[in-house]
Amino acid sequence: MRDALAILRKDLRIEWRTRESVSSVFVLGVLLLVVLTVAQDPEAEQAPALAPGVLWAAFVLTGLLGIQRTFLLERENDCLAGLLGAPIDPASIYVGKLAANVVLLGLVQAFVLPLVGLFLHLDLVPALPGLIAVCFLGNLGFAALATLFGAIAVRVRAREVMLPLLLLPLLVPLLIGAVQATRGVLAGGLVLAGGGITVLAAFDVVFTVAGWLLFAYVVAP
Amino acid sequence: MPGPPVRAEGLVRTFAGTPVLAGVDLALDAGEVVVLLGPNGAGKTTLLRLLALLLRPSGGRLALFGEDATRASPAVRRRIGYVGHESACYADLTGAENLAFYAELYGVAPARVRDLLDWTGLDGAARRPVRTYSRGMTQRLALARALLHEPDLLLLDEPFSGLDPEAVAQLQTRIGELRTAGHTILLTTHDVERAVPVATRLALLHRGRVAWTRAGGGADAATIVAAYRTVIGGRA
Repeated sequence: MRDALAILRKDLRIEWRTRESVSSVFVLGVLLLVVLTVAQDPEAEQAPALAPGVLWAAFVLTGLLGIQRTFLLERENDCLAGLLGAPIDPASIYVGKLAANVVLLGLVQAFVLPLVGLFLHLDLVPALPGLIAVCFLGNLGFAALATLFGAIAVRVRAREVMLPLLLLPLLVPLLIGAVQATRGVLAGGLVLAGGGITVLAAFDVVFTVAGWLLFAYVVAP
Repeated sequence: MPGPPVRAEGLVRTFAGTPVLAGVDLALDAGEVVVLLGPNGAGKTTLLRLLALLLRPSGGRLALFGEDATRASPAVRRRIGYVGHESACYADLTGAENLAFYAELYGVAPARVRDLLDWTGLDGAARRPVRTYSRGMTQRLALARALLHEPDLLLLDEPFSGLDPEAVAQLQTRIGELRTAGHTILLTTHDVERAVPVATRLALLHRGRVAWTRAGGGADAATIVAAYRTVIGGRA
């Protein structure tokens, strides 16, 4: 746990100093939301039905961009060799990177969510507690899978293409659950979001445990 | 922990079916400074990455401190320090932050970071991002990182590469200090002139095998160069 915390602190310090992921994600997020909402040009009554899809499409696409960076910084100067040469459990690298990605993706969500409300003229405040819960569950599942596949993609040549190709098909259950849960929360609160939340929670447990167990094999020499 | 730092027997490593190491036999005893010579593509970096446990052998046997390298424990990993072609330091962190991060991973006291910054002469630049360091400063920081946990076996891959004569002299002095302190060192280079003064033994890696070994110490660099050229066909 101490090693994971050290990796988390290091990643967040680098991000705070460079703001590379956050700034690129900010620009992409705005552009995506503009494109997705302008393309639909929804009427006021259509907006609640459209919001979950727009929210999660924007989140996944901006998140993909942001998450690539966490392993790319290990590639620069061969820092991955420094980590793998250290006498630490590879699972703690996974946990540290996962935690850093959850924080980063949380920032993405904190930015994307109000913009969805703004662009679709939706008052999200009454549903905010439920939305935060759904966003956290979606964030954790996405980060669990992306951290594992980010470690694979960073070692191949076409890494920018490889990560979305590996990740997006496996994210389909998470996206279905997240959109269902968000729609339920917007329609009437957490009670209506039960099915989607169950899918999200199951996805989180399966892929967090799988990532924790498999990471050592993924980064093995 | 029993066993010599390195025992390699018939060590093989292939990449996509192409053998880079084709049966390396090499033994390092405690306190030795062995310089591994060889032309580009001889397999020097591959051998060092195997010894640093960053690669797995495709064949043969490798024991580090008496333990099979394919099942090396964290305790063995902790006894190894490795400086590769790149520094393994984060460009956007300062020198001090990089060392503090690795010190935490190795369970080393923060005071050791200050000692090493002082020893490498980087104390004045400790609060600057590594991105602003010169090649020589980066190399010294990488050496400090590898020495944080006081490893018994230090692996240095082309440590003289890209350094000016003053930085080379400083590095040679520091390698001498480490040898005196009892560290076992294996360093690779194709620069015979710079390697001979620090070596207790020299070995030539050619076509994935150790072609010869010679005693270092008072060895004449010209003789070593001649022996090197004889094996590799004039490319020194």
